Amino acid sequence: MSTEDKIKYTEDTLDLDGKQEYTITVYAENRIGLLNRIAIIFSKRKINIESLNSSASEIDGIHRFNIVIHEGYEVVRKLARQIEKQIEVLKVYFNTNDEIIWQELALYKVSTDEIAEKVTVERLLRQYGASAVVIRKDYTVFAVTGHREETDALVKALEPYELIEFVRSARVAIIKDSAGFHEKLKEFEAEDPGEELVENEFLEKGGKIFTM
Amino acid sequence: METAQDTIQQTEAQAETSKKLFKGTGSQVLLNGLIEEGVTTIFGYPGGAIMPIYDALYDYADKLEHILVRHEQGGIHAAQGFARTSGKVGVCFATSGPGATNLVTGLADAQIDSTPLVVITGQVFAHLLGTDAFQETDVINITTPVTKWNYQVTDANEIQEVLAKAFYIAKSGRPGPVLIDITKNAQIQIEEFPEYIKCNHIRSYRPKPKVRVEYIEQAAELINAAKKPFVLFGQGVILGSAEEEFKAFIDKSGIPAAWTIMGEGAIPTSHPLNVGMLGMHGNYGPNVLTNEADVIIAIGMRFDDRVTGRLDKYAKQAKIVHLDIDPAEIDKNVKADVGVWGDCKETLPLLTKLVNENKHEDWLAVFKDYNQQEIDQVITPELYPEGEEITMGEVLRNINEICGGEAIIVTDVGQHQMVACRYAKFNNTRSNITSGGLGTMGFGLPAAIGAKYGAPDKTVIAIIGDGGFQMTPQELGTIMQFGAEVKILILNNRFLGMVRQWQQLFNDKRYSFVNITSPDFVALAKAYYIEAQMVNERENLRTALETMINHKGSYLLEVMVGRENNVFPMVPQGMSVSEIRLK
Repeated sequence: MSTEDKIKYTEDTLDLDGKQEYTITVYAENRIGLLNRIAIIFSKRKINIESLNSSASEIDGIHRFNIVIHEGYEVVRKLARQIEKQIEVLKVYFNTNDEIIWQELALYKVSTDEIAEKVTVERLLRQYGASAVVIRKDYTVFAVTGHREETDALVKALEPYELIEFVRSARVAIIKDSAGFHEKLKEFEAEDPGEELVENEFLEKGGKIFTM
Repeated sequence: METAQDTIQQTEAQAETSKKLFKGTGSQVLLNGLIEEGVTTIFGYPGGAIMPIYDALYDYADKLEHILVRHEQGGIHAAQGFARTSGKVGVCFATSGPGATNLVTGLADAQIDSTPLVVITGQVFAHLLGTDAFQETDVINITTPVTKWNYQVTDANEIQEVLAKAFYIAKSGRPGPVLIDITKNAQIQIEEFPEYIKCNHIRSYRPKPKVRVEYIEQAAELINAAKKPFVLFGQGVILGSAEEEFKAFIDKSGIPAAWTIMGEGAIPTSHPLNVGMLGMHGNYGPNVLTNEADVIIAIGMRFDDRVTGRLDKYAKQAKIVHLDIDPAEIDKNVKADVGVWGDCKETLPLLTKLVNENKHEDWLAVFKDYNQQEIDQVITPELYPEGEEITMGEVLRNINEICGGEAIIVTDVGQHQMVACRYAKFNNTRSNITSGGLGTMGFGLPAAIGAKYGAPDKTVIAIIGDGGFQMTPQELGTIMQFGAEVKILILNNRFLGMVRQWQQLFNDKRYSFVNITSPDFVALAKAYYIEAQMVNERENLRTALETMINHKGSYLLEVMVGRENNVFPMVPQGMSVSEIRLK
């Protein structure tokens, strides 16, 4: 997507307040304190982080954060620049939901008796794509992987049957238009990086940032 | 199979390595590293958790000069002053806990004004971390938002690499303060250390973006088509040591150039294309004409709100070309039509090559017209007052006449700072030392001490208000002990003048807690064995200033100035730059 298309898309999918969900992907060195350094970039501007995931990336030793916020394009762009400026951060991408594949994992603990009496487990499993992780006499734990609406839907469905515990993981996201970070890293390791590394949206080649 | 030759070579290599190995403590290897980095002067204050470093320092007195300040805030401001006049990295030591927290204001000041510092703090033993030990505080997390980078060392083997990284990060790209927190166990740990290697590459850190000729071409195209181009420059020109390149650019293109207070002095005050100061108390023409220029070329400046005034009425008619080393600054406050990423030392010569020679005489004449109005209505009454009271402006005029623009002027924050920036003449770069972004009262006196160490051959004049002086007067003790030849000029209006000015103009003269009393500054200076005098009348002013400047050694001069004088012109907060008031 070129920068212009991106802005157009953004305009088309805005909330009334001009904001929408963005997933920020940060490639960084794995260093104590970096999470704090990144988190305060948001809190300094009084921006709430909706979801934050820290994990390994496709490259050994390089960490990958997924951060979800609800904000406008301009704000997210500035945030991304501020994050990328941190010494240990290699690269920052930000994407709207149509540009990524994402999943969240949710776990639900319900009384087995309730469930057996009032609703067939099988129906739940089928309808919500859930899997039973543990089935004990006293309780059953279901797992659902999917988007927020899907995991929320099962919370609703289970509410009448005494949902004992519920937890949802942070979002993990893969960028559709990404060839991964291996090639980029080589450039970072070189003392004189190529032009790829210094992408500049003013060149009207902003699309390159996302196609790699 | 190994040949005899190989074996000999290996043995030699081993011998070579062991010669280069240094056996000693973490503290010693830290000090060795500082020497390798070219450090000669350290501003600091000892304490429990940094004692091993100070113990080692005892043996390095011939190589490292340590200035014992009177408060850690004074130490870090002095390091800032040193960095700003010398162009080197300022170094500051403090102990854990309160020593470290006292540094926070200076770190924030250095962060916002891009001053390269390496700050070393002691920390409690690693096994005590998190136990609320005596003088333990979470320095790393407290200082994270106000440092370019920080790191806690818990093992002496990390010291060399971390120190090398710290210096590289502090001074490269857009400079900034770096803090290293070293636990006491690492300071006393004995190891065999390899040779110190300076850092020149960190894979996750790009100090400066690669210059792309495409933008330079786009920028040149805009500039060459412009009828009313206007250059705004900031400290980036100074930090990038690009003063000559900048001068060549404006000389060829003939474009009038105005400065932010951080950029002042990058070209001499007397340069014919230097049209003055931007911002809230800047000059009339540069502010008004920002909203008439057709192309604005911003170089190494960040469109601070004190420069832009109301943003939605700022330079809307102009195409903006923005040159900056920090990609995060481009499009942050003002949208650029062409953003030229890069070190202006590299980008400016490329741009100069592509721009047409020009004079822009008609356009410059417009600046001159506005300047004449300002001279008539503001500058002349301020510099040559007819009333009885001494004005701050006439003090500056006298300093200009005595020093001829050769002095380094360090200021504190407030009315006197704006007056000094407006009226002081500078022939040289790195001569205007002020707290621009953070506006730290109390900066002036300690920064002047550091400024003198950074530029020992220059006359250093610290211009400070009666309020700001009372925030860090303890550093008179440092001046007394080390004989730093600082000329302290207190402009005393018996008010917290800038706040009073705002209360007068915007709060119906409700002077709420701005009426500040002062001690006998002359007696105070004399208590520190510093020569001093006070001047109340115009007829004594010139002689007193000459006495101060010609005095061998430090000197304090208190000048009683008009109580309710205001700094004009002024762009009231929330107004557009073109709505600047002359009175």
